[in-house]
Amino acid sequence: MPYGPDKPPLPESSEQLRARIPGWGADLDPQDRPAVPRERFDPEASGAHWDVPEQQPERWPRERSIEHARLTPVFGTSTPLKGLSGVVRRYAYARYSEGRAAHWLLLLAGDRIDAVESYLASFVSLRPDNPVTETGVLAEPGAHPVGSRYGQKRTDTVHLPLDPVIVAGPWVLAAAAAVVVLRVGLRRRRRV
Amino acid sequence: MRAMVYRGPYKVRVEEKDVPRIEHPNDAIVRVALGAICGSDLHLYHGMMPDTRVGMTFGHEFVGVVEEVGPSVRNLQRGDRVMVPFNIYCGSCFFCARGLYANCHNVNPNATAVGGIYGYSHTCGGYDGAQAEFVRVPFADVGPSVIPEWMDDEDAVLLTDALATGYFGAQLADIVEGDVVVVFGAGPVGLFAARSAWLMGAGRVIVVDHLEYRLEKARTFAYAETINFVEHDDVVVTLKRATEHLGADRVIDAVGAEADGNLLQHVTSAKLKLQGGSPVALNWAIDSVRKGGTVSVMGAYGPMFSAVKFGDAMNKGLTLRMNQAPVKRQWPRLFEHVRNGYLKPSDVVTHRIPLEHIAEGYHLFSAKLDGCIKPLVVPSAA
Repeated sequence: MPYGPDKPPLPESSEQLRARIPGWGADLDPQDRPAVPRERFDPEASGAHWDVPEQQPERWPRERSIEHARLTPVFGTSTPLKGLSGVVRRYAYARYSEGRAAHWLLLLAGDRIDAVESYLASFVSLRPDNPVTETGVLAEPGAHPVGSRYGQKRTDTVHLPLDPVIVAGPWVLAAAAAVVVLRVGLRRRRRV
Repeated sequence: MRAMVYRGPYKVRVEEKDVPRIEHPNDAIVRVALGAICGSDLHLYHGMMPDTRVGMTFGHEFVGVVEEVGPSVRNLQRGDRVMVPFNIYCGSCFFCARGLYANCHNVNPNATAVGGIYGYSHTCGGYDGAQAEFVRVPFADVGPSVIPEWMDDEDAVLLTDALATGYFGAQLADIVEGDVVVVFGAGPVGLFAARSAWLMGAGRVIVVDHLEYRLEKARTFAYAETINFVEHDDVVVTLKRATEHLGADRVIDAVGAEADGNLLQHVTSAKLKLQGGSPVALNWAIDSVRKGGTVSVMGAYGPMFSAVKFGDAMNKGLTLRMNQAPVKRQWPRLFEHVRNGYLKPSDVVTHRIPLEHIAEGYHLFSAKLDGCIKPLVVPSAA
């Protein structure tokens, strides 16, 4: 009990644990632990044969955090900015540091816009989005869908109904936007 | 090549993409032999990580064969069978020179707070990942290692993140002989953290989760006592009682951003994205560790703020330790433990998903169906 000076006794001694659990105590000495001390100045250890790496060519203007003094020597080239989501994301990087909530909220907004833009663009491509195959729900029949979820005391079943809302939400919003645009267009046409 | 592609929250598919090219003289292109879906990939899949773009390929746990190397690569050659840490790092910046390989400053233009990670949004550098047939590996002389002859691919792929991270979590907890260690989360990282705690001399290891099949694994694989928090009105009180009201000496958060156990926290973060993550497990850790104890955070959280109980942490005099694991620093010691039979990483693998069925793999893992603990991804050409 913490009301006195002694630590509560353990159910098993170190000798019992060593006999029962493979490798028990192999790394008792902190010196045997690989990232101790956490910082150890040793620039040769990594295998790098440069002080500052060569600059990777910038094949298109690469957005970067304004907390960086320069474009980093190496960077990812996946999915360049495009569309309205690209405008929002570029603004988030150009205007706000990582310390500002606006930076991250704009990037999250860009993600949602990107999702809607991409859904819509897929309909003029050879491969429209297919929410049935892309959500992976076809795995359900072979995966004990009821037995895995119910009678297992798991707590996440409480909010499972929200998942379809998140998946279907952008579709519903996009459809609503399309209806509004169509109605406005039709009204204007009637006036003409 | 065939590659997994993100199509928006909860949606992925496999598409034809261009084979990645050498972008920098120290790049390599690796043909992926085996990949995996990580619990942290689910944060991307659920749309929680800012700047996750439609069209990106995820995947940061992989092994493969070197297909091509850039002109300045000295340590690898075509045909080498390699394992690649999930960290992308230069090896020479201020942070890498001090061994903080997860915090490299030369690989992520999008953020200074995060290093580079394969297939983990533009917030982590904008690199396509390895749930594909080929992947670009920057700094080929620094990150990858040739897989030892005696090690099989399933063990090797788990050393590229899950095992290294779990072990690192136990290491950051500063465990001394006889410590009572609580691990929140019985996913792969939590299981490895629990198992690693014994290597460091823990006197008791208690794993907390709500998924009974994972707690069963914690008992058999990690030799741990277990608590299903759903069965208890207040898991903090349960843990206090289990430790004679002292609290645990060390607590490891191996849950992260999508923690369940508090509906408000979960919905505001995982569903509404109003927090960087649901800090339920982190708050339980702060409240269940003893005064003067250590909380080690291995769970991944987004860059936004989260409602964490710092007042309790301060008043209790806690040490909070955390970082992404510097994977390659862990390897020499972990290789010894695997070879000695102290750790068998592939014991946590439950599913092997063909790349062409990756959407089903994500759904199984996300919805925790069919006893899924760790799904591996097998590319079509592997």
